[in-house]
Formats: sequence, C-alpha cells, structure tokens
Amino acid sequence: MEPILAPESIDLIALAPVIVLSVFAMMVLVVDLFGARDKGLLAFISLIGLLMTTISAFAKNPIPAYSFNDSYTVDHLSLFFICIFTISSALAILLSVEYNKREGIRAGEYYALILFCTVGMILLASSSDMIMIFLGVEIVSICLYVLAGIQRDNHRSNEAALKYFLLGAFATGFLLYGMALVYGSTGNTNLFKIADFMQNPSAQSNPLLLMGLVLLIIGFGFKVASVPFHMWAPDVYQGAPTPVTAFMAVGPKAAAFAAFFRVFAETFAAMAPSWEILLSIIAVLSMFFGNLGAIMQTNIKRMLAFSSISHAGYILIAVIAKNSLGSASLLFYMLTYAFTIFGIFGVIIILGRKGEENLEIKCYSGLAYKHPILAISMAIFLLSLGGLPPFAGFIAKFYIFSAAIQEGFIALVIIAVLNSAISFYYYLKVIVYIYMEEPTAEFKVSMSPLTLFVVLVGVAATINIGIFPGSIIALASH
Amino acid sequence: MFLTFVTFLPLAGAAFLIFTPKENAAAIKQTALAVAAADFLLSLFLWTNFDNTTHKMQFELNVPWIEAWGINFHVGLDGISLLLYVMTTFLTMICVIASWDVKKYIREYMIAMLTLSTGMLGVFVALDLFMFYVFWEFQLIPMYIIIGVWGGPRRVYASIKFFLFTAVGSLLMLVAILWIYFHIQETTGVATADILYITEHLSAPLGTQKWLWMAFFLAFAIKVPMFPFHTWLPDAHVEAPTAGSVILAGVLLKMGTYGFLRFNLPFFPQVSYEFVPMVAWLSIIGIIYGALVSMVQIDLKKLVAYSSVSHLGFVMLGIFALNPYGIQGALIQNINHGISTGALFLLVGVIYDRRHTRLIEEFGGLSKVMPKYAVCFMIVALSSIGLPGMNGFVGEFLILLGIFQVNAIWAACATSGIILAACYILWMFQRVMFMEAKNPKNLALQDINIREAFTIVPLIILIFWIGLYPKPFMDTFDTSVTHLVAKVSPDNFGPSPRNRHDDQRGKHARLITPTEMASLHHKLQAPKKF
Repeated sequence: MEPILAPESIDLIALAPVIVLSVFAMMVLVVDLFGARDKGLLAFISLIGLLMTTISAFAKNPIPAYSFNDSYTVDHLSLFFICIFTISSALAILLSVEYNKREGIRAGEYYALILFCTVGMILLASSSDMIMIFLGVEIVSICLYVLAGIQRDNHRSNEAALKYFLLGAFATGFLLYGMALVYGSTGNTNLFKIADFMQNPSAQSNPLLLMGLVLLIIGFGFKVASVPFHMWAPDVYQGAPTPVTAFMAVGPKAAAFAAFFRVFAETFAAMAPSWEILLSIIAVLSMFFGNLGAIMQTNIKRMLAFSSISHAGYILIAVIAKNSLGSASLLFYMLTYAFTIFGIFGVIIILGRKGEENLEIKCYSGLAYKHPILAISMAIFLLSLGGLPPFAGFIAKFYIFSAAIQEGFIALVIIAVLNSAISFYYYLKVIVYIYMEEPTAEFKVSMSPLTLFVVLVGVAATINIGIFPGSIIALASH
Repeated sequence: MFLTFVTFLPLAGAAFLIFTPKENAAAIKQTALAVAAADFLLSLFLWTNFDNTTHKMQFELNVPWIEAWGINFHVGLDGISLLLYVMTTFLTMICVIASWDVKKYIREYMIAMLTLSTGMLGVFVALDLFMFYVFWEFQLIPMYIIIGVWGGPRRVYASIKFFLFTAVGSLLMLVAILWIYFHIQETTGVATADILYITEHLSAPLGTQKWLWMAFFLAFAIKVPMFPFHTWLPDAHVEAPTAGSVILAGVLLKMGTYGFLRFNLPFFPQVSYEFVPMVAWLSIIGIIYGALVSMVQIDLKKLVAYSSVSHLGFVMLGIFALNPYGIQGALIQNINHGISTGALFLLVGVIYDRRHTRLIEEFGGLSKVMPKYAVCFMIVALSSIGLPGMNGFVGEFLILLGIFQVNAIWAACATSGIILAACYILWMFQRVMFMEAKNPKNLALQDINIREAFTIVPLIILIFWIGLYPKPFMDTFDTSVTHLVAKVSPDNFGPSPRNRHDDQRGKHARLITPTEMASLHHKLQAPKKF
C-alpha cells in the first residue's frame, strides 16, 4: 500500500500548531461526550493542548516558511502572535474554570470552542492569502458568537450573542465583498502576489481597488471594534460571560490586527497615501469616542469595552506607521494588553458571586481597606492601561508612539497622548472608588485559587515588562 | 552605585513596610523615620564628597537598561541637582516626623511617602530622557494617593486635577522626547536618550526647536506652576495633608524649575534666549497676581499656596535672566522656598491639628496663647518676605540683580512683588497672632510640642544659615552655573537676536548643520567607543 503523501506545496510541519490544537479541541469534545463529570479535566486537556501548540509552533525551522501555495506563512510575526494567542487562551481557560462552576455554565464544548477559536486566530495571523484570512475570520467569529451566548438562561448573554452575530455577519459581508473587489482588480488573492502587482503604479489608481480597500477597512474595523464600527462592543462585552469578555478583548482582536497589519501595512504599503488618511481618521475617532464614552460609564465591563475601543485606536497607529517598529510595537502592545486585561477581568470575577456580579464601579468603594492585594492589582492594571510608567502599558504606548514618530506622524501622536490624558480620568475614577471612598458594604468575594493565580500572573508581568522590557522588545523586534 | 543606593533606599524601605503588620503603628513610624533619616545622612555624605570645582556629573552610574533602544540607566549629580537632591531627602525626613499623628492607614501613608521620595530623587538624578520621564510620571502616583486618601473634604477633586494637569503637560513632553530621540539617531547615528549626549549634539532647525521648547515648557510650567497654569496648585495644597503640602511646595514644584535648567536652557539655548520676554512677563504676572490673590485669601493654606505662585515667579525670572546672578539666585531661591514655604505649611498644620480650621478669622491673639509658636511663625514669615539676614533675601536679591542687568523695568515690576509679599504676610500675621484673642476656643491651645519643634527648628536654623552665610550652598553650584551660562550665552549662536535688524551678519549666520555636526563628532570621538 502506498503511503498517502501530502502534495509538495503543503508543508504539514509549518501547519503543526493548527493541527495539534484542532486535535486537542476534538479530544475535548470526545472526552466531554464520554461523560466527563468534572469539567476541570476538560480545562486541563485544553491547557495541555495550548502548551503543545506553542511548542509545535517552533517546530518549523528555518522561518519564514510557507505552505499551501504560499497562503499560509510561518514568520516572526505569526510565531509571536501564536504565543500571544496561546497565552491569552490559557489565561481565559484558567479564569473560566471556577467562574463556570459558579455561574452554572456546564457546557463542555465551552473549552472546545475556545480552542477552535484559537485555531482560527492562528490561521488569521499566519495567513498570506485573502481566502485564508476569510476562513480565519469566520472560524473566530462563529466560535465567539456561541461563546457570547453560552449562558442560555441569561437574557443579556443572549442579547450579546444575537447582536454580535447580526452585526458580525454583516461586517463579514463587507469584508468578503472587499476581498472580491481586490481580487477583481488585481487578479489574485495571494497577498505576496498582490504586493508584487502593486509595484506597478498604474494599478494603484484603480477605483475598484480603492473601493475594495475601503470595504476591507470596514470589515477589519468591525472586528477590532474601531469607531464607527464599534457599536456592538459595549453591549457584547457587558452581556457575555466575564471570562469570554476578557478572551474577546484580547485574542480575536490581536488576530484581527495581525491580519489588518499584513493586508495594509505589508501588502498595500505602496498605496499607503490612499488608505493612511482613512485609517488615521478611524484611529482618532476610536480614541476620542472610546475615551469620552468610557468616562460616562458606571458599569466596569462597559467602561472596559469603551477603553478597548480607544486602545484599538492606539494600535491602529502601529498599522499606520507600517514600519518595522510598527510591527514590533503591535506585538509588544498586544502581549502586555493580554496580561493587563486578563488581570483586570480576574479581579472582576473574584469580586462577583453567583447572581450578583457587582459590576457597578461604585461597588468597589473602599476595596483597598478590605482586600489590599486585589486593590493594588486593580490599580496597577488600570494605571498600566492608562500608560503610566513604570508599568508595561507605558512601554507599549511608548513603542507605538515611537513607531509613528519615526514615520513622521507627529499630529497623530499628539492626539494619542492627549487621549491618554483623557483616559487617565476614568481609570483614576475607579482608583478613587477603590482607595478614596469608605467601604459601603461587605465584600463578598469568591477567592478562587486559579483566578487569583491569573491576577498575580498579570501583576507580575505588568510590572516586570514595565521595568525590564528589554528581553521582550528584543523578541518582538527580531 | 552609591547614588543609586541612596535613591532607591526609600523604595526598599517602603517594600519592607508592606510586610510589617499594620497593627504595629509605632514600629511602622519608627522604621519609616529610620529609613528617611538614613537616606538624609547618606545624601549629606554625597554632599561632603561632592567636588565643587567641576560642572561635570559626579557619582555617575551608566548601565544599559533597554539595550534594543539604546536606553541606559544613567544617574549622576551635578551642582544644579545636588542641593535639590539633599533637600528632598531632608524634607522627606521632616515630613515623616510631621506625619507622626496620622491615624488613618499609617502604614499605607508611610509607604506612599517613601515611594514618593524615591520618585522625586529619581527625577533629580536621571540622566537619560526616558528614565527621567519614567520617574517624572511615577512620582505622580504616590502624591495622587497622598492627596486623595489623606486629604481634606475636596481631596478627590484636587487629586485628580493635580494628576491630569501634570499628565497633560508631560505627555506632550513625551512626544518631544521621542522626536529628539529619532532626530539624534538620524543626525549622529547613535540611538540614545542620554541627556548629556543630547545636550552636546542636538542640532534641530530653529523652527522645530521652538516647538520642542514649547513642549518641554508646558510640562515644566505646569509643574512650577507659572501663571496661567497654576490653577491646580491652590486646590492640591489646600486639600493635601500637611506633609503632602510640604513635599508639594518643597520638592515637586522644584522639579519644574529643575527641568528648565536641565532641559530647556541647555537643549535649546537660542530658543530660550528668544523666549525670554514671554517667560519674564508670565513670571511677573505670576509674581504680582499670586501676591494680590494671597492678600484676599481667608484660608491660611490657600494664602501660602498662592504665595508659592508668586515666589516661583521669582525663581523663573531668575532662570530666564540667563546670567550667573539670576541663575544662582534662582537655585538658592529654590532651596529657600522649599524651606520657608515648607515651614509655613508645617506651622499652619500645627494650628490646623488643634483647631481643625484654617480660616484666618477664626484666630487672633495667638501670640499670647502660643508664644513659642508665634516666634517661629514670625521668623518663617519674615524669611518668606525676604528680610535681610534670612535666606529669602539672598535669593531674591541675586535674582533682582540678575534681572536688572537684563531689563530694569522687569526688575522694578518684580520688586513690587516683594512689597506685596510683605503686605499679605504681615497682614495675615497680624490677624492671626496679634489683636485681641476673641475666640474662646483659642484660649486653651497648646503651644508647640517637642515633635513639632523637631520639624520646625531645623528649618529655622537653615533659614538663618543661608541668610547669614550662604557660601557653602552657593559654592556647590557655582561652577555648574558658570558652565550653563556659557552654554546659553548668545555668543554661541551668532549675533544676538536683538541687534538682528541692524546687523546684516544675522542673515547669514546659521546653525551648524547636522551633517557637519556628525562629522565633527566623528572626528572628536573616533577613538572612544559608544
């Protein structure tokens, strides 16, 4: 019997992380099917799967390597992103175990969905073909639709899922239409070939192509929740189960930015003058709307949703800068953002109990005097999100701003730093409640070891990356 | 290494306090005091080992921090920063003593105080722009917490205002820092944020320099605070606890003036020269406005706060006289203001602790009830006015001497500030200390106690010491000031802008171009490795 060999263009080793993770995800489903009463086992298998994925991602050597006729790329950007994805998915799973037990989320497919979603993110970050990007976007989105609505008996969760699904499907339509127009005007779906095609100046002024780019921006803009395509974010963030919110705020967003960067900063770099201004406007709007919107919020999850909109604005600056500092700063930013966001949501989960999640900011009054460790962790995360030294968020912002300044986008950076100042206001407002108000009621915390572990990992990473960013910068700026 | 140790010692003390059980208030206070006192003594040791004869950085340590970006952990002291450094450790110690009676969350308070101390010391020793910025922002957090947690009724408003004002200014400075970083990289090929290197090699076009100067100016002018950026100061001072006010007036405001001396002047000498009239007028407005507003205050602390606006106007005027007298006066006045205003805040704190009010109308006739207190207050008040024989006189006299050489009208306007200072201080003193003791609540007030005396007497000794024999203080920065003045002298950048219209050479004079600079630098530094 002849062995079945993959065609030469398919490099399975390059694809190892996707394969490994898919296998583990299916294993989770099977184990769940055969009566795993203890959902902790599923979480454990998932964590092992993520670990194996990370290891297998480095199996391909040397990089860059390509597979599937150059539609799948293993390069520095994708490897770093895979690490961000596995770290963030692992943190999300750690947050989920006790939360799910508490809130009665029994579905075993929960962990499988997170893993499948991670597969989609890996595909998205590694794709160098528009079809592959579309596949990635769809895998990620469909998993998220289900995850957002996984609390079937909670009407907010249902609302979140439905809203996310309707708007998301609509945005995917835009994305696909944009891809079709780009294909129509360039004759290719492969990003490398499109980039080659773009070298020809006459190709750049094709109105169909421009239209296609605009539609792509709309599609990606929705996925990263940038203004004016952000409307879904606050409701979905608020309604989804808290660990899912944290997961959504980091992994899928990072993946969408990876694709965003590949398509715009790398493929269409030659056409930068035509999309730069559009993206700049979106970045500025995201920062202003996100920050001003966050000021008004009284619910911490909504506030973080708006703050994540503003962060999308900052990160877009890295895409606009489109230099090597830009890609490095994107990686660095997403990594630090992951630790900070999971830390914050960890604190939020600890401070809630079944039925009463205590999501109003005023519920945090006087936290510092009852639970000093949670309070200082929260303060560190918030200050880091605001970009205050010596925390990781500062270095991340500094990195992005330096990428933009190097390319001469000074006005954009000035707007961004002024927005940082606005954002201090609402981050400080939470700290005011935590430190400067007297406790109003007894805190009913559910101090669970795994969640606390995530918080402490977040604190350690936020401080450590903030004070000794050297090694991570070296990794990111390979 | 020693300097780094002294700088981070308070932070280590704060870390130690975290693990002290919070019930043991006495041990917490004693530990904090021991750390602060040790830090002060060690910083004195730095002073005695300081070489007055050079403007170069001393006690330097330069190790890589973020190698990928060429950012170093570079610390050092020169004549401009030495006294500010010592004053910071000194006032921290005084403030720990002054906070002995804090009841609420004493452990957290001392942690914040010691952390703040490291943040401030870091600002004065940082010789890398990135590092400077990190410390500059970092010290906001503990100060924000000190005002916000231990402050008065409107503490939340005041603390957020303090934070946001400073943050807005410094974020724009961050943009300028980034620009300079890339500019230096482009022109000299060295990726560095080293302040000394940038001082030597920065050669941006004049138009750009103006923008950069403005970015730094805004950050420092808010911190000083100069009119019209001063509005955060009265709120922060009034709401802050006594020790917070002392640190705020004594050290935090000095970070602004220090910034001008360390960055604006040496980085952009020509632009500084051209902006002298603007800064001078803003300072004069600040001097007179601050004094006039002080005069009508009904709250003692607010009065002292506005007097700070006025006094810091003098310091700014001295700096922008751009001559040795002016800058020396500004530097010594920095110290004086820290001592005198610090002492005033401590004294206001003393009666606030007893009466829980600071309204002037509530007092009167205190000199009979609290004679020792009245004597201390008199000395400090007179020093704040600038009576000869006390420290304020030395500084103000030098500043006026310096500014008179530049423009006699400015000097005349500034002098009116001294007269107004006499008005508001003496009038306040009269209403609080003399007159009839009408309010029965004041009759049984305790005079100053031993602990309070420990905080105020050292300051009074310094008041007379600097007033009568300022030489040891002046000597520390003499060489550095001479060097700085030579750097900003108009001779360095062609004909002076004032004669430009009748001097044809001005049209052809130009700055050295980046490429010339780079080649020159290459020649000079060829054997040396960077």
